[in-house]
Amino acid sequence: MIPLLLAHLVAFLVCLAPGRRSARWALPVAAAVPAVTFGWLVSQSSSVLHGDVPSANLEWVPQLGLGISLRLDGFGLFMGLIVSGIGTLVMLYSTAYFGRRDDLGRLAGLLVGFAGAMLGIVWADGLLSLFVFWELTSITSFLLIGFEDRSATARSAAQRAFLVTGLGGLALLAGLILLGIQGGTTSLSELLANPPSGTVTSVALVLVLAGAFTKSAQFPFHFWLPGAMAAPTPVSAYLHSATMVKAGLVVVARFAPAFASVGPWRALVVSAGLASLVLGGFRAMRQQDAKLALAHGTVSQLGFMMVLLGLGTPGTTYAGVAMLLAHALFKATLFLSVGVVDHSAGTRDMRRLQGLARALPITAGIIVVASASMAAIPPTLGFVAKEKALDALLDTGLGAIGTVALVGIVAGSVLTVAYTIRIAVGLLGNDAPGVTVEDGARGGSGTGALLEAPVDPSGVHAPSLAFQGAPFVLAALSLVLGIAAEPVGHWLAEVTVSLDPATASKALHLWTGVNTPLVLSAGIITAGIASWWFTVAATRSVDAPYSTATRLYDRAYDSLLAGARQVTAVSQSGSLPLYIGVVLVSVGAALATALLAGSTDAISDVPWANSSLEVPLVALTALLALAVLGARQRFTAAVLLGGSGYMLAIVYLLQGAPDLAITQFLVETLTIVVFLLALARLPRDFHPAPSWAPRWIRIVVSVVVGLTVAGFALGTSQSRTAESVGDDYLALSEPEAGGRNVVNVILVDFRGFDTLGEITVLAVAGAGVVNLVRAARRQQRRKQLSDGLEVEERSGRPSEVWR
Amino acid sequence: MSFTQAALVAVLAGAGTYLVMHRTLTRIILGLGMLGNAVNLLILTAGSSPGNAPIVGEQAPVADPVPQALVLTSIVITFGVMSFLLSMAYRGWTIDGNDEVEDDITDRRLAEEPGEPVDHGEPT
Repeated sequence: MIPLLLAHLVAFLVCLAPGRRSARWALPVAAAVPAVTFGWLVSQSSSVLHGDVPSANLEWVPQLGLGISLRLDGFGLFMGLIVSGIGTLVMLYSTAYFGRRDDLGRLAGLLVGFAGAMLGIVWADGLLSLFVFWELTSITSFLLIGFEDRSATARSAAQRAFLVTGLGGLALLAGLILLGIQGGTTSLSELLANPPSGTVTSVALVLVLAGAFTKSAQFPFHFWLPGAMAAPTPVSAYLHSATMVKAGLVVVARFAPAFASVGPWRALVVSAGLASLVLGGFRAMRQQDAKLALAHGTVSQLGFMMVLLGLGTPGTTYAGVAMLLAHALFKATLFLSVGVVDHSAGTRDMRRLQGLARALPITAGIIVVASASMAAIPPTLGFVAKEKALDALLDTGLGAIGTVALVGIVAGSVLTVAYTIRIAVGLLGNDAPGVTVEDGARGGSGTGALLEAPVDPSGVHAPSLAFQGAPFVLAALSLVLGIAAEPVGHWLAEVTVSLDPATASKALHLWTGVNTPLVLSAGIITAGIASWWFTVAATRSVDAPYSTATRLYDRAYDSLLAGARQVTAVSQSGSLPLYIGVVLVSVGAALATALLAGSTDAISDVPWANSSLEVPLVALTALLALAVLGARQRFTAAVLLGGSGYMLAIVYLLQGAPDLAITQFLVETLTIVVFLLALARLPRDFHPAPSWAPRWIRIVVSVVVGLTVAGFALGTSQSRTAESVGDDYLALSEPEAGGRNVVNVILVDFRGFDTLGEITVLAVAGAGVVNLVRAARRQQRRKQLSDGLEVEERSGRPSEVWR
Repeated sequence: MSFTQAALVAVLAGAGTYLVMHRTLTRIILGLGMLGNAVNLLILTAGSSPGNAPIVGEQAPVADPVPQALVLTSIVITFGVMSFLLSMAYRGWTIDGNDEVEDDITDRRLAEEPGEPVDHGEPT
């Protein structure tokens, strides 16, 4: 498994390599990687389904259980087949969709990287691996949604998607860490085998659900998904069917059998799922752009699957997995077909499309089959899965919450049928009214509303066969798998056992005889047709693409920026002395806190002075230091500081540090020399500079900082708890390093690398000094030169240019 | 560590703080030097009791060599930093004729200007 993921990574890098140069080879190369993955998964399937589960580990910090850890169980196999299969088809379709473009390398690389990240999610066994791949899909989807990076719409949509799913990913991380601590393991399979319980677990599960809801575009985080259709159509098809939005469902499907009965799990899943199901359905009815209507439809369908997979009973889990497959197939088909229509007719606006059934017969057939699967009309896979779902919901054994789920799903399904017919008829039907456009918006001369005419079907060019291949295969699968319900159901039962062993006995049937689910289905379809029929006129005149949630999000985003600006205006006054003052006061406060938190009694045994010589020496050092404050001239101040430093060297000597004393002497001398060199150029006196705070405040700050630092020094000197390593150095110095001066031995031998670092710092500082001084000299020379030139020009003599 | 030494740490740290809060770069550099002295003295005196030099063969009590080695490095690094800052002061003087630290105009402007409205693109 790890070589396959690495292959995705390599393909990602290879495809990105050409940059903006044309790379027509990129998409076929990228498509090969998921195709190989698909083949490998097929070859593994029989052994995996018989319980021989391969796993792979790449350890990073084994002590903390961190690393990449993968496991290919039945469900991972199932999702892997969907991700890589649809991925291959989408990439092949893209070669026809995009034709010649210069940035296909980028598109191919991002798509294959995205596919790899998604495979990581469905195969992840380590909790950390799950999070890492989760965030990788957030990042790659951000780049894919914003692929048309010159469009503000695409950029904005990409940012929305990234912020929402990225923040959800952080919630997921917090939840996974809590679960890992509670369960005492970082392995997902072990965690699910022995699920913890309790308050902390409930909190963790709410966090995990928050992550899943953002990723799977569940209410109230649903708004990023319709916006994400700013991406090119093949990307949308992949994002909406096999990847990204399925990631949240994958996590819910894995967790639900173990955790559904813990805390608020079922209540949250059912309420968010049903809200998304109904809201998405309503909003899909109100769109005129077919792709946008499909996008809102995805929100709705995701809500449906969220309820099924989240309830966690064997029946609903099984039906949910069947629905995952059906949805991936028909949603990808529909998006890809809308892409074909858009390409051939030049618009996706359902008010302008007419007569396509005759102009594009193959595409029309494909759309009809996929729509039948979406609306759960027999004999498609969508119908079989929906039957199973209704059957499972009738018998959840969960009481009220099961009934609520059933009623909500029946109501939502009526909407699904209605918007499906609307989209199919809108794309393929006749008598399009055309779009009324306000004249002003088109820059006209003010004669009122204009009509953007319906598309003339005779001008629609037929798409190439390659273009239709991918949607054709997917639509055929929707149909064939529906007809072959029995073997498919058997295979799905083997797959789903890895989620919940109790699903082993489940099966799918195309015809179950007349029973309650069938009656419900018939009722749903009838009610759906009726709702479409009665709203068909009304829905033609509405166009409400902008959702309230998006507006709220944008407003929140704007106020966040405005708030940041205000905070910056208050906290960043631009005055460096003020910043330094704040930093020093903070340091003082931190030291004082540390001092007060530790014991202060120890200070009682501190002597007043170590020797009689110490007091006058210290007094002299301090006086010289204080004199620096009053110095009017730069030179005087520098010399006073040097004097204070020389005195300090003698203090070091008294402490028993002759090496320090020598160094201090040398450095102090050098400092004075450097000061003299620099000060020779600078003005003699300090100018009284405008001050950022009154003098007394600066004095108070200085006194406070001085006293806390000294208090901290006293506290530290009395707080030693362990023996110094200095004793070891003293003992080892002569036998190990052959030196008697221990300080020197530490510097050049025991801690030789530190000294090497120090020398490097000095070299860098020296290089900086040389360059700054040179730059300053150059500038002065240029200034003198230009002054000279002015003189020469005035005197009319030819000038000479120096470099 | 004695109270006398602690008092010297207090004076050096306080005077250094006062100097670095100035606007003149030369004074800030002097202040940094003084803060460096304060911290070096702190590490040396808080880290070990006074004693004989840490040389093999000296009589006990011997001073701890570790703080000395640390401080020796620190003295040299402080010198490097001061030289670098001094050359910056010199360069600053050649550019605008003084060595004062100006207020950051960009920060001021950011605080005063209203933000640009964000383009959220076409409604979706």
